[in-house]
Amino acid sequence: MSAVVTRDIIKKFGVVPAVNGISLTVPDGEFMVLLGPSGCGKTTFLRIICGLEQQTSGDLLIGNDVVNDLPPRARGVAMMFQSYGLYPHFTVRNNIAFPLRTQRVPSAEINKKVEWASQLLGIGHLLDRRPRQLSGGERQRVALARALVREPTALLLDEPLSNLDAKLRATARQEIRQFQQRVGVTTIYVTHDQVEAMGMGDRIAVIDHGIVRQVGTPAEIYDDPADRFVATFVGTPPMNIVAKNGSYLGFRPENFLPKAMMNGEGSVEFKFRVERSEYLGSERIVYGAIEGFDPDQVITAKLPPAHVADEWIRPGEWHPFAVRNSAMRAFDQDGKRARRH
Amino acid sequence: MVAIAESVPKPASRFRFILDRRDVLGSVMVAPAILFVLLLVGVPFLMAVYYSLSAYTIYDPSWSFVGLSNFADIIEDPTFRQTLYNTFIFTFGSQILGLILGKFGALLLLRPFPGRKLVRALIILPWVIPIALATVAWQWMFDSLYSVINWTLIALGLITRDQAPNWLGTPELAMLSVIVVNAWRFFPFAVVIFLAGITAIPQDVLDAATVDGAGFWRRNYQIILPMILPIMTIGLVFGIVFTFTDLSIVFLMTQGGPIGATSVLGFAGFQTGIVSGDVSHGAAISLFMLPVLLIVVVTMLRFIRRREI
Repeated sequence: MSAVVTRDIIKKFGVVPAVNGISLTVPDGEFMVLLGPSGCGKTTFLRIICGLEQQTSGDLLIGNDVVNDLPPRARGVAMMFQSYGLYPHFTVRNNIAFPLRTQRVPSAEINKKVEWASQLLGIGHLLDRRPRQLSGGERQRVALARALVREPTALLLDEPLSNLDAKLRATARQEIRQFQQRVGVTTIYVTHDQVEAMGMGDRIAVIDHGIVRQVGTPAEIYDDPADRFVATFVGTPPMNIVAKNGSYLGFRPENFLPKAMMNGEGSVEFKFRVERSEYLGSERIVYGAIEGFDPDQVITAKLPPAHVADEWIRPGEWHPFAVRNSAMRAFDQDGKRARRH
Repeated sequence: MVAIAESVPKPASRFRFILDRRDVLGSVMVAPAILFVLLLVGVPFLMAVYYSLSAYTIYDPSWSFVGLSNFADIIEDPTFRQTLYNTFIFTFGSQILGLILGKFGALLLLRPFPGRKLVRALIILPWVIPIALATVAWQWMFDSLYSVINWTLIALGLITRDQAPNWLGTPELAMLSVIVVNAWRFFPFAVVIFLAGITAIPQDVLDAATVDGAGFWRRNYQIILPMILPIMTIGLVFGIVFTFTDLSIVFLMTQGGPIGATSVLGFAGFQTGIVSGDVSHGAAISLFMLPVLLIVVVTMLRFIRRREI
């Protein structure tokens, strides 16, 4: 069964399309990440799913029912917002109970479910506090508990980690993912952070300018990008793309290595002129240009410092570099993935 | 070379940088405001207190001290008790009506629609029209012969000419009329307060309520209203203080009539103290507002403080 299916969803604000025909199927229990730059339409798409926006055209199915004309409360989805949207005048208990109260659930059952949700997220001791007395991480858990308490068909998360500091973000990422696997709730997660997307998603839908560029597992997105946009949006530093005979070659910085490291595998060779290098502890990023291509285009290489000594890489020097054939990607003149040869 | 003697630097005056000192500059800047309050509010207030404790009239300007007997006099006076009662009805009636209208006005103005800017400008009108002018217009609307309200009701067939109410000539209707006019004047203020309160609510919270299944009424009464309660209370405190002390609408429209049915404290104090010249009793009537307002304001401010945890 598919929890959420969209068919050619279009949303226009005036004449500008924010969502330009997205068809997506999210199977039951999947953790689907919508990844894209800001303004790409991913949040609008999420708001259409939960019913806060009405699509201009296209069909939306939740739990196999067409819900195009249903109000948000009848759709059986829960949403967690970027700044959590907790009700400041309610205690944590009442915040979590609110979605049940609106459905006129008997109060004994409400108590039981609030208990269950707060245990699940470890916020049982906070139930009588108000949101402003909580830390960022605690607020996030409360918001998550409130979203889960009515056991939604799909859980929608809109950039839930962007209000947390970097350290907390890493743990929260792991927590959300573990917790989602335990509860098994279908989740659609919007983010512009590719690390979140790669680390959390069962599958990722890369969105740009209101259309889906590619849907796939993190490995598919990374190893076999469907076009130049996906190739350069995912990965830090992004994939190197060089023009060749009207089409394009792409290779990831970590696959662009000194020729000596190739161990005789079939590879494409380049002469690489080093301009600058950054030592980042676990890796060294080297910037430069390659012979025979646009000299102004910056090519990056990601080298393991353990294997490439410091004195080996100096600005201004030319070095023989190579990319394994298996790591080389080709894109046609429109930037789409070319068939493998 | 002959060295020219260096000019001896003059010792800096102690007062040269006096205005750079925070405490001095601060005092200089605040002084006018403090003087203003002391001279134009403090002195008249103390004079009013003294008048209310004396037997001062404009015919017999003696400053003889009579204690609280002026207050005892007015409390025994049934007309005064009627006036006090009227003041409460007038104040709370117009505030409640103004708040209800203000809430709906604000809800209407929140959503964008063609001509919203024009409507927003028009809604401010009751505030910018001089109260004297506006009251005259209202007086005609409530006129016993030429009332457009009655004309409309008759034209709609809801009443006949014989049943047409005499708005300003019947005690209850006269009170209703001044309440309506005051609510009309207070309405823009209420709209602005509500708009400020509602637009300050984060969109995420409203969206969350929508997704959580709250319909229009639940969203309004369980989410929006509690969240704007503090700012609403501040607005209400202002409204109550201004209305409780106001005399302009009553003075212009009904002169406290018919038979004292719309007389309010401000108007009665003015009539007794200034028009009739009985300054000591007039001062006592006006000062009667003080404890009442104090209790109302303190209660409401404490209420807000408790809400803001």
